[in-house]
Amino acid sequence: MELLAVENLRVYYQTLRGDVKAVDGVTFSMSPGEIMGLAGESGCGKSTLGRSLVLLKPPMKYVGGKVLLKGTPLPIWDKKTMASFRFSEVSLIPQYALSALNPTRKVKKLLTDILWSKGIKFSQIFPELRRRMELVELPLEVLNMYPFELSGGMKQRMVMVLSTLLNPSLLIADEVTSALDVSTQKAVARMLVEFRDRKFVGAIIVITHDISLLYQIADSIFVMYAGKLMERGSTEDLIQRPKHPYTQLLVASLPRIGARYAQEKLQGIPGCPPSLLEPPQGCRFRTRCPRTWEKCLEEPPLVTTKDGDLTWQVACWLAVDKHA
Amino acid sequence: MWRYLGRKFTIYVLTFFLAVTIDWVIPRFMPGNPVQTMLSRAALRAEAVEVMRGYYLKAFGLDVPIWQQYLNFWKAVFRGDLGISVYLFPKPVMKVIAEAIPYTLAILVPAILLSWLAGNKFGAFAARRKWLDSTLLPLGYFLTATPYMWLGILLAWGFGVALGWFPIAGGYSFAMTPHFSWKFVLDLLWHWFLPFASLFLVMFGGWAIGMRNMIIYELEADYAQYLESLGAPRRLIRNYAFHNALLPQITGLALQMGTIAAGAVVTETVFSYPGIGSLIVQAIQNQDYFLIQGCFLFIIIGVLLANFLVDIAYLIVDPRTRRGMLGET
Ligand SMILES: Nc1ncnc2c1ncn2[C@@H]1O[C@H](COP(=O)(O)OP(=O)(O)O)[C@@H](O)[C@H]1O
Ligand code: SF4
Ligand SMILES: [Mg+2]
Repeated sequence: MELLAVENLRVYYQTLRGDVKAVDGVTFSMSPGEIMGLAGESGCGKSTLGRSLVLLKPPMKYVGGKVLLKGTPLPIWDKKTMASFRFSEVSLIPQYALSALNPTRKVKKLLTDILWSKGIKFSQIFPELRRRMELVELPLEVLNMYPFELSGGMKQRMVMVLSTLLNPSLLIADEVTSALDVSTQKAVARMLVEFRDRKFVGAIIVITHDISLLYQIADSIFVMYAGKLMERGSTEDLIQRPKHPYTQLLVASLPRIGARYAQEKLQGIPGCPPSLLEPPQGCRFRTRCPRTWEKCLEEPPLVTTKDGDLTWQVACWLAVDKHA
Repeated sequence: MWRYLGRKFTIYVLTFFLAVTIDWVIPRFMPGNPVQTMLSRAALRAEAVEVMRGYYLKAFGLDVPIWQQYLNFWKAVFRGDLGISVYLFPKPVMKVIAEAIPYTLAILVPAILLSWLAGNKFGAFAARRKWLDSTLLPLGYFLTATPYMWLGILLAWGFGVALGWFPIAGGYSFAMTPHFSWKFVLDLLWHWFLPFASLFLVMFGGWAIGMRNMIIYELEADYAQYLESLGAPRRLIRNYAFHNALLPQITGLALQMGTIAAGAVVTETVFSYPGIGSLIVQAIQNQDYFLIQGCFLFIIIGVLLANFLVDIAYLIVDPRTRRGMLGET
């Protein structure tokens, strides 16, 4: 059975100038143990998609769609009911992990307070906590320190341990490596895989700019553009044989595996993403797509092909015609 | 932590030195000559004037070179001898001030502490209630923006003159002589209330507004968002936010100390309350060097002392200063 199924999810931001359609009809699913990379240019709605599965609050607005976690509906539109799912079922390593810990509480006090609110005693979970801290090479003294006494890497790892402490079914890791130096990045990426292998987490969505990071750790990649899914497939296929023009350009614009395209401003793709206030009709990539044609004025359907266990999804008229 | 305290202490000593020097300089550069004023008041014959002038100059230590006067001033400060009041001659300045200080402390200390506590509590409380927030905000801004004098006059007029509930002048009724009895204590309290209330209200508005804004800021901070995404209850997040929002409020208290002292002077004057504030005004009107100096000296000491206490309090509540890593985060 699928661990996570998201169907036609729409999450907008309410602003004075109108709705920002940051996630606009997204459908995908994940298997147990899967690490899915969520890639795309900055501002395409990756964080919004990730956050909406954990904490959907104003100015975010639930517009429509369904989310099933292990077959049961996840009431993401209901902030109150969701509280009991957070941490224990769905958990988040936020983009701002380096400032995520209250600066005026010792780490242990912070953990105690949060766990208490879930009805768990610190002493009860301490043995497991100690094992995990050892695993990520955090000395136990960290518990008696204040967050400002920890290095960036230590804070990042502490947040990782905390976010996964209750073995959530789904973990969302938002740009966990972007604020770190290269060697720490590698270590943190390895830890994510390790956490999955040890079943601390059911599945992970890794949100990142860094496709090369995904190449190392992700089982599948989800390419997003302007609030919509462009292509979804296994890591190997997607990087070696991308079908969607956007993915092709993304992959081609990587000078070599190991470079971070975000820093290079996507030289390979001229133009910039459309406004999400008034997104263009039809295919949203149409304004920049080198292969656009009149058909693209209509919204392309999501073409799904099953290849054994793996599904491949592409939202492009070119893919439709090949099947027709 | 000790380095932090040491650094602070040095700053306090330097500030004290500078402030006292300025305190000594200012009355000497004020226009007019107090001895001349006293002499003309006495309306004596010409030769008697010269004798009296010599006597007064000597009595006030004004017959030596100015640098000597400065040194003598420092010596006297450390001896606790602030000279003789010109205006209340021959009462020692120290004695005049000692009589006024209890009144000033009696309105200032409770007004500062209570307004800080109540203002912060109320601001935090209001931040989570829409209707309260929308009424508190304008009211709070109105209160903080009100000059101390204005609110004092308003209260004196409303509760003193119009309603006649409270007296509008003095520390106790003129008909009474100070003694210890319930009647006299009640009379003191009755006179104390309006000056206290007007100080309290202006400060209360400021703290409430400050806290309300800080809480809203803290609730948007990353750690609050993270707690929320971990399903932490609203109460825990608010507790953290309240605690963190208090820190800048403590700093604010230190920064406000000077303004508060000035507010006390004005308030005492409005209510003719016999504290240091009223004394200063009288001393200035009568060009009483020594009394002016004495009053300012006490204000300087009071403000510095209060600041020091606030620093200690900050040290206790903020781990970042306690661990001597201020500014490194
Ligand atoms: N609080 C907000 N209010 C209005 N618009 C927002 C807000 N946060 C993000 N957006 C918009 O939503 C879009 C998606 O943002 P985000 O999900 O953060 O993108 P990504 O994580 O892919 O960089 C962007 O166009 C951004 O401008
Ligand atoms: S649908 Fe058309 S515009 Fe969109 S990616 Fe495919 S070819 Fe390009
Ligand atoms: Mg993001």
